Amino acid sequence: MIGAALQALASHWRRHPLQLGTLLAGLALATALWSAVQAINAEARASYARAASQIGGATLDVLEAPGGPMSRARYVALRRAGWQLSPVLEGRTRLGEEQVTLLGLDPLTHPPLPAFEAAMQADQATLAQMLTQGGLLLASPELVSALKDVPGLPPLRASDSVPPGMVITDIGLAERLLARPDQIDRLLILPQQPMQLTPLDQLAPDLQRRASRAGADTARLTDSFHLNLTAFGLLSFAVGLFIVHGTVGLAFEQRRAMVRTLRALGLPVWLLAALMLAELLALALVGGLLGLGLGYLVAAALLPDVAATLRGLYGAPVAGGLSLRPSWIVGGLAMALIGTLAASAQALWRMLRMPLLAAPGLQAWAQRAAQGDRRMALAGLGLIAAGIAALALIKGLIGGFALIAGLMLGAALLLPPVLAALLGLGRHLTRGPLGEWLWADTRAQLPGIGLALMALLLALAANIGVGTMVSSFRLTFTGWLDQRLVSELYLTARDDAQGAEIARWLAPRSDAVLPIRAAEFTVQGNPVTVYGVVDHPTYRDNWPLLDRTPDAWAQVNAGQGVFINEQLARRADLWPGDVVQLAPGWVLPVAGVYSDYGNPTGQAITALPALLTHARAVPNRRFGVRIVPEAVPDLIEALRAKFDLPASALIDQAGLKSRSLAVFDKTFVVTGALNLLTLGVAGFAILTSLLTLWSLRLPQLAPVWALGLTRGRLARLELARSLLLATFTALLALPLGLALAWVLLAVINVQAFGWRLPMYLFPLDWLRLFLLALLAAGLAAALPARRLYRLPPSELLKVFANAR
Amino acid sequence: MLARLVVILALALLAARPAGAQGFAGLGSTAAAEGFATPSPDTRLSFPRDHGPHPDFRIEWWYLTANLTGPDGTDYGVQWTLFRTALALGEAEGWASPQIWMGHAAATTPQHHYFAERLARGGIGQAGVHSDPFEAWIDGWQMAGEDFDSLRLTARGAEFAYDLTLSAEGPLVLQGVNGYSVKSADGQASHYYSQPHYRIEGTLTLPSGPVAVSGQGWLDREWSSQPLAADQTGWDWFSLSFDSGAHLMGFRLRGARGDFTSGTWIAPDGSATPLAPGAFQAAPLELADVAGRQIPIRWRVTLPERGLDVEVSPLNRQSWMGTRFPYWEGPVRVTGSHAGRGYLEMTGYE
Amino acid sequence: MAGLEMGANLVAQEAAMLQIEDVSKTYPGARPVLQGVSLHLDAGETLALTGESGSGKSTLLHLAGALDGFDSGEITLAGTRLSGLDDSGRAALRRGCVALVFQQFNLIPSLTVAQNLSFHARLAGRQDPAWIRDLTDRLGLGELGARYPEQLSGGQQQRVAIGRALAARPALLLADEPTGNLDETASDAVMDLMLELVRVSGTALFLVTHSERIAARLDRRAHLSGGRIA
Repeated sequence: MIGAALQALASHWRRHPLQLGTLLAGLALATALWSAVQAINAEARASYARAASQIGGATLDVLEAPGGPMSRARYVALRRAGWQLSPVLEGRTRLGEEQVTLLGLDPLTHPPLPAFEAAMQADQATLAQMLTQGGLLLASPELVSALKDVPGLPPLRASDSVPPGMVITDIGLAERLLARPDQIDRLLILPQQPMQLTPLDQLAPDLQRRASRAGADTARLTDSFHLNLTAFGLLSFAVGLFIVHGTVGLAFEQRRAMVRTLRALGLPVWLLAALMLAELLALALVGGLLGLGLGYLVAAALLPDVAATLRGLYGAPVAGGLSLRPSWIVGGLAMALIGTLAASAQALWRMLRMPLLAAPGLQAWAQRAAQGDRRMALAGLGLIAAGIAALALIKGLIGGFALIAGLMLGAALLLPPVLAALLGLGRHLTRGPLGEWLWADTRAQLPGIGLALMALLLALAANIGVGTMVSSFRLTFTGWLDQRLVSELYLTARDDAQGAEIARWLAPRSDAVLPIRAAEFTVQGNPVTVYGVVDHPTYRDNWPLLDRTPDAWAQVNAGQGVFINEQLARRADLWPGDVVQLAPGWVLPVAGVYSDYGNPTGQAITALPALLTHARAVPNRRFGVRIVPEAVPDLIEALRAKFDLPASALIDQAGLKSRSLAVFDKTFVVTGALNLLTLGVAGFAILTSLLTLWSLRLPQLAPVWALGLTRGRLARLELARSLLLATFTALLALPLGLALAWVLLAVINVQAFGWRLPMYLFPLDWLRLFLLALLAAGLAAALPARRLYRLPPSELLKVFANAR
Repeated sequence: MLARLVVILALALLAARPAGAQGFAGLGSTAAAEGFATPSPDTRLSFPRDHGPHPDFRIEWWYLTANLTGPDGTDYGVQWTLFRTALALGEAEGWASPQIWMGHAAATTPQHHYFAERLARGGIGQAGVHSDPFEAWIDGWQMAGEDFDSLRLTARGAEFAYDLTLSAEGPLVLQGVNGYSVKSADGQASHYYSQPHYRIEGTLTLPSGPVAVSGQGWLDREWSSQPLAADQTGWDWFSLSFDSGAHLMGFRLRGARGDFTSGTWIAPDGSATPLAPGAFQAAPLELADVAGRQIPIRWRVTLPERGLDVEVSPLNRQSWMGTRFPYWEGPVRVTGSHAGRGYLEMTGYE
Repeated sequence: MAGLEMGANLVAQEAAMLQIEDVSKTYPGARPVLQGVSLHLDAGETLALTGESGSGKSTLLHLAGALDGFDSGEITLAGTRLSGLDDSGRAALRRGCVALVFQQFNLIPSLTVAQNLSFHARLAGRQDPAWIRDLTDRLGLGELGARYPEQLSGGQQQRVAIGRALAARPALLLADEPTGNLDETASDAVMDLMLELVRVSGTALFLVTHSERIAARLDRRAHLSGGRIA
């Protein structure tokens, strides 16, 4: 009995291969985008963990000199006092075309490093080679292949354990490559120390011990980014499920007669339901597997850009390569199964409750639709209200995303009723029978195609919202860079002594030499970098203040006030008029708040003398140089020649700006790609809706045809209908998208990054998107329209056949 | 004891891999090619110069073991070792130095065995040896004094520390022939001298607290560029001090071609007699499970020419040095024809 | 009743409203449906076509209504030869000259009764409000204009379908088992109305039925068997 029933059920798919394909494609797409995002997230997190373990930064405390590097003798003295420490020298340098972070370690004292272990597994001579004259550079395989043809480099060894963009080598070789002999940036305090040690604050009171937080910082900073990606993945998943829902619903509808027959033949309804459930799960498994494959490809294609984003935004090291994780496969399949069940629950439920003998009821669409419209409108409004309430109650990033979810889902539910109202309006404005029919029939079609249109609405709104956010951000960022990067040249000296020397040398050769000096303080438990500035018009005229007291600059220049960046202001809720305690006994009024994009942590600015009184050993190695722009190249040459500075130590303003913007643009490539993919899925949802509606459409079209319309005319009308719906949906997506943009700019950004951005409007982008939406809808409608155009009259006549 | 240094250092530095027959086979032959000096029977040792390092040779160590007793009669053992190995010939200033230093320190009680390990690069001052006044150090551990006869020895680990004074009560002993000690039938050799006559006083600090200790110590100095013969996989090394005042140093190098044994008999007056290959015999009496391996824990040691037939048993069977290259090293008791105490080292047991 | 007379005059000019000559039709991969069928229908005349299930009656009706093409022979509808027509020519003819009533009613579900009623006439560009009002009254649909087809009974739906068909004042009304879905009472009422209305409007009626009772009420009858007129 079961075999026969299964055969009967399966025959449906044999007769409707397109429906089967659509169902699988919908499942695959939903699973693909979701699992792609998951794969990217997992890969990024694994990279952070790897980087943290690689640098030993996750667990070990660090000893640092506040004024810059310490000497090697300092390290040896502490070792001889018994302290188990390991020296680290770190710097940015250019190897060939690549800008890399060079990490110099002492392999003999450093805690076990995965990169070393792996390299030594491969070749026992590794350590010896690393320690002797020739040296050895360990880098990620990508970096090794980028560096392998650079002349004059020590031998390279590829290791998967080395974070991307980083070269690990012996500290002796690092000294030479960074041109920093006898210097050490920090000492790792090893976990096991001998007994009877003299405390460090007696041995080295000038050195600061800090708990390493690199790994934790990365995780905290990037959490919001990953939440963002996950939200996108979920959106795509939902859009994909619209397809599944539509197809399953249709398949069940079309199998009503068969179900009735099977039941009449004695198959219990529960068994039938179980069989159909099993069938669905099998399909979900196949679709899920397809989706995983597809998702892997998508993730592999997107990951390099995500890696660039994370590096650019947060300095988080992420490799560009993707590895398959079992948890990812299981998770993706589970999502496919759960999604299928969710999308099919309604159809299954209806089938279970279907009376055995009732004739297939006439489509009571008019009443049902009106009733459903009211219910949906109420639910939609309710969801939006819930979103707003969530933001008010939960606050924070989660609240922001709850608002977005409420807004988007609520708007999606509102779409069919609003479209119905619009179509009704259109009908009243139309004269002529065909026009009337077109409006009325489009209205009647809404229940079938509504879900696909919701998908389109969400995709379009996401596009507008995210696009507006990114473009607003870019515009603001560009303007801000112009304000902020005023000095024509920025330089970094090797140490304080060289810094002072360079400043002296530059004084007669430039308009101004502005020291960039900072020290770390703690405000309300969070690290804040406090910069000390000299009184100079460069700052007064250009610094981008969001809010200020009337005599802000006078206050700050007198050391009687402090500017804080927006991130700190929002996090600590400090605004002009408040006071901030930077250190015990150092309390300053907030004189202004400045925008500070691209920097995740807190920052403050006050007068340099004030900083120097309150901070010990403030490094004096970085300077901004004011000079006529034409003289910059010559000055760079002269500085390089005179002080033997590496290329990375001298950056002109134009270079810095273009580099910043390049990082910025790279940052949002992924967002754009996900946006387009979502739109593509929405277009596909429309196509599948139209295709699945096909057999239901014929009885409605045939009478009109019989009354004297050509098939060509009907096909064109079908196309027009689809475009009409897409147009309305796109028009409705605009306000939703702008609302989304506002939430992103004013809520999410503030929570995730600590800055609020002004919102700009980009109508040309909307137009482009509008055309794209029409194109998607047009393409989706073209296939069924073409089919209609080519349909033999005998097929249409079957509608009128008497023996039904 | 040339062999143990080669293997320890070579393996610790090159991979921390277990010793294999070929693991170190090539080192001896490349020594000459890389310009390292080789021990010569014609060399005459000179002091205090030869207390200092010999960077022309690939490997070298300062190796002190001590049998100590607490006020309540409890026996303790202490080890302090500084190894030097050269990755390349010569010395250089700063990190570029090819000299690698490794320190091992241990304290053994009848119940516990504590040990610690230190690694350092030469050239930066973190570790090194000066001959006059004598100073050998790595990190905070040191063995130093006005001269070689009176030294202060310190080391600190996470769970133990000691601070001991060493006073020589006899002359230096040149091992082998004039300090030229042959290690295999193929002629591998080292320069080797000892000071087996240290009287020791001081404080041993254990997790339970400080203990005043006294006893005797034995210091070995050895350097070479040549390791074991190709087939030699491990060794058993005995340094025994008898109640009579006499001392015996004897070792057995285990190889595929048979064992190679040698040693020195040191009379109470300090006069040393090299033993002919094969004269010294050591045979395991009992195996024990130590760190997952079967290690011969009791031995029968015989030297017929001196009428010696003794049983050597450990103070603590688990005297396991779980360092990068692990080995067994601990204090032993001697009973039988001669009574006394000493140290036993065993390597190469898988 | 000006419209009504005008319609009658228009029809009176033509002698044979529908001329079917030696028409054959075979669907691909199937046995021939029609084999050399000839039939004619004068203006204002009513003809019943009877026959077994599958005898080809519906197909013949469809061909006469310019809904589908045929393989050989000729059909002349209101003076127009159908064999020479393309898709849009056939559509124009359907709009202008013929009207259809089906067993399944086939109303347009998204339009109200009133809209359905006037749809064909407006499509044909011959909307005559007075005539449509008249029709609505005669069909007893006056109260139902704002309703949707699904809210009507079968008999009511078929009356709307007849009204829709006649609103455009077609020269020829084609009806395919128009009462097949109705019970006997409703069926009689619908037939009465239809016959009265074709008489009033001077429309020729070509009706396919398997019911002898209904066939007997028409001017003439033809019987189709195995694709041939018996």
